Amino acid sequence: MIDLIGLTIAVPLVASGVNLLIGKRLGRRSGWIATAAMAVSFIVALGALLQMFSLPAEERTQVVTVAEWIRAGAAAVSLDLRVDPLSITMALVVTGVGSLIHLYAIGYMDHDERPGRFFGYMNLFCAFMLALVLANDFLLLYLGWEGVGLCSYLLIGFWSDRPDAARAAKKAFITTRIGDVLLMLGLFVMWVHFGSFDFDVVLGHEGSLPEIAAGTATAISLLLLGGAVGKSAQLPLHVWLPDAMAGPTPVSALIHAATMVTAGVYLVVRAHALFEISDVALAVVAVVGLAGALYGGFSSLGQYDMKRALAYSTMSQLGFMFLAAGLGFYPTAIALLVAHAFYKALLFLTSGNVMHGLHDEVDVRRLGGLRHDMPWTAALFGAGALALSGLPPFSGFFTKDVILDLASRDGATWAFVLGSLGAMVSAWYIARLYFTAFIGERRYEGSAHEASALMRTPLVVLAVGALFAGIGLELTPEGTLPMFLEPVLGHVVEGDAGPSTQVLMVLAVVVTLIGIGIAWRLYRPANQERWVSFPEREPGMAGVLAHGFYIDGLYAWIVANVGLRGAAALAWFDRTVVDGAVNGVGTLATRASGLAPIWQSGKVRRYALSFMAGGVALLLYAAVKI
Amino acid sequence: MRTPVAYFLLLSAILFSLGTASVLLRRNALRIFMGVELQLNAVNLTLVAFSRMHMELDGQILAFFSMVVAAAEVVVGLAIIVAVFRRTSTTDVDRASVLRG
Amino acid sequence: MPLDNVVFWVFAPLSVATAIGMIVVRNAVHAALFLVVNFFTIAVMYLLLDAPFLFAVQIVVYAGAIMVLFLFVIMLLGVDRGDAPGERLLGQRTTAVILAVAIVAELATAIRAGIGFTTRAPGGFDAVNPGGNPSALADVLFRDYFFPFEVTSILLIVAAVAAMVLALRRSKSLSQREIETHAGDDLEAYGLAAPGAPGTVGEPSR
Repeated sequence: MIDLIGLTIAVPLVASGVNLLIGKRLGRRSGWIATAAMAVSFIVALGALLQMFSLPAEERTQVVTVAEWIRAGAAAVSLDLRVDPLSITMALVVTGVGSLIHLYAIGYMDHDERPGRFFGYMNLFCAFMLALVLANDFLLLYLGWEGVGLCSYLLIGFWSDRPDAARAAKKAFITTRIGDVLLMLGLFVMWVHFGSFDFDVVLGHEGSLPEIAAGTATAISLLLLGGAVGKSAQLPLHVWLPDAMAGPTPVSALIHAATMVTAGVYLVVRAHALFEISDVALAVVAVVGLAGALYGGFSSLGQYDMKRALAYSTMSQLGFMFLAAGLGFYPTAIALLVAHAFYKALLFLTSGNVMHGLHDEVDVRRLGGLRHDMPWTAALFGAGALALSGLPPFSGFFTKDVILDLASRDGATWAFVLGSLGAMVSAWYIARLYFTAFIGERRYEGSAHEASALMRTPLVVLAVGALFAGIGLELTPEGTLPMFLEPVLGHVVEGDAGPSTQVLMVLAVVVTLIGIGIAWRLYRPANQERWVSFPEREPGMAGVLAHGFYIDGLYAWIVANVGLRGAAALAWFDRTVVDGAVNGVGTLATRASGLAPIWQSGKVRRYALSFMAGGVALLLYAAVKI
Repeated sequence: MRTPVAYFLLLSAILFSLGTASVLLRRNALRIFMGVELQLNAVNLTLVAFSRMHMELDGQILAFFSMVVAAAEVVVGLAIIVAVFRRTSTTDVDRASVLRG
Repeated sequence: MPLDNVVFWVFAPLSVATAIGMIVVRNAVHAALFLVVNFFTIAVMYLLLDAPFLFAVQIVVYAGAIMVLFLFVIMLLGVDRGDAPGERLLGQRTTAVILAVAIVAELATAIRAGIGFTTRAPGGFDAVNPGGNPSALADVLFRDYFFPFEVTSILLIVAAVAAMVLALRRSKSLSQREIETHAGDDLEAYGLAAPGAPGTVGEPSR
């Protein structure tokens, strides 16, 4: 199956083509085609994984050449796919969670008029995402990187008749593009230094380190990090993610929670060899991650829109992943990525259930008491919330709290203290969402209808994954998944500084319980009046949180004051100097072209005569020459 | 075969120039088209003559392909003439001097 | 004088004469008929050049199918009245004649420089045509030129479809109401009316 790994990309790509070309005729069947394609893709990836288990650990990295791509002199670029424990883990997340979300979307997009286009874009996204994670060189990775950006744009703006969706799509595309340009510059530096994009050359081969000076490595690493920050919505390029929730909810779950936004984490983890050579790059990664974790967590507290709150939560969780990567705990970063894919997809899809059942209502102030009308949804959301909050024995505990544990024992006390604060806020905001939306008294009109069985089935699977991935996959450093990743990512070095693991675990649970306790105190049904009216009583505080510390506004101010003035100056230069020159040339051409119509009479026979005269002249020239 | 190959080639040259003359002189699109056909036939004759001279069949094959393509070309060309005639009620190519329909 | 020489000298002048005739006559139908004769003479040339298969194809495809198509279109459009006399483009006629003569002269020079006026084709062409010309051609066509052959078949299909698309008259599609309104028109024209309408002939007389 490893040799057939190309199918995981090809099948969704073909299905996407089918759906986009004849989607109108297919009607509702297009969703099933797309889901089937993802299922096939998942099975192929699973087969590759099983085959990999039969190989000894050092032979598990294999390169499959699909085709020779570009051959220009010495620079031959072939289309190679890399199958190793890391890429297959990512591929399984994309195809597995992707299949479930596709299945859910069949029900969710039931009433949409253009299912063919929706599922075509979704499949296309998955194909690009798989190309990204299965690439064996940075060029194909970049192709996938841009491809998922494009699909993200198309899907955020899927309801293109809504102005906010169109605006959000543009914002997402432009903001991530800033990161993409940095990534591209990083690739240029890489090419200049190595003359290759191949992972084996750039990142070192079988334990050997890449041959590169620390300074160059820092430059490349930070530029790659720039790309990762844009794609993973970390500070300071995070502003697009909350707005991106204007897209359909399955899109939020697939692209903006489970897969695309984790591409940045994947990039850092994949290129960790370069980051390690540089002496500052990893520290920058850790600081960016920690800042994002705290920022996202606190901003989530101020959101009344469920999906926006979850978006900030995603940002916070991605921050934890970056923190883990920055501290050198790559397998744990990937473990959190896997667990997060499960529980965040679950949380988004359950909020999708709420929207589906209540005519797109997402404001928690107008929800409340949903567990009576939507028992399944409430239970499933609760499962996701438990997993996220980090209570044992659920998956968040084995990943997020393990990161803090490792950080503490590694001597990074600052990361532990601030990270624990972030963990507390995580428990706080997710408990807040559950308390405000699902319990207490109803604040909505009419009745909410529970999601159909078709939509519930994938959610149950996701919930099982979210709750038990921690135990089942043993996400702890010595567990199954991290040991599986060891050939690529190395072993997590556990330090012995500070308090022991047992103490830290108890501390982690206490911190989580404090977070939930605060949430209960503030948002319990009895306090409804207080928290609903909070923005009126504390407009300053509420505004800061709701608007994500006004970073959007800051950018707008910078663009308005610095950018537009600069643009005005350039516009003046353009009008007078550039246009002047251009217009002069144009006038000259216009005058000269006044002479041309003599030849361009429009009479075909005149043209034929000229043609003939040319032929005769050519023959004459040939005769004279001989 | 006693006739020199050059005679066939000369005949072909004359027919080709007559075909060209027809294209350049006639205004009726159909007559122009006939001229084109004559040109094609003249070239085919050259191909067959050279095929005979070099004792190879490839020239005849090429002439054969040329006939097939000419058949296709005639079909499309005549259809275009018919379509233009429907629109402008003329087959005079001098009248059709604008691209606007 | 050998027989093939005689045949050549009979048909070559005829060929040139019919080509000239095609140019000079006014009537488009006459021009087309001249062209048919011309194609026949070219077919004879193929026979002289030991290409009997092309001789047959020339007659069937060119003199037959293509020229019939021409005549058909000429009559369909009703443009057999002939061109208006005179030449509107300044100097077109003179230049064209000069260029036509020039190209013949140039090609004659080229032929003379290339193979000379007396070179004769070697004998024994039958050796190149084992089993007869058509079967030898088939051998080459379906072995060495198989792919181009298939490509031309696609070309022909495309051309046929293109011709249909181009020649299709875009009739205004009738609305359902119009169809119902005019449903009985044909019948009325023959003294009948749509069944069920009052006073129809089809009803039994009282």
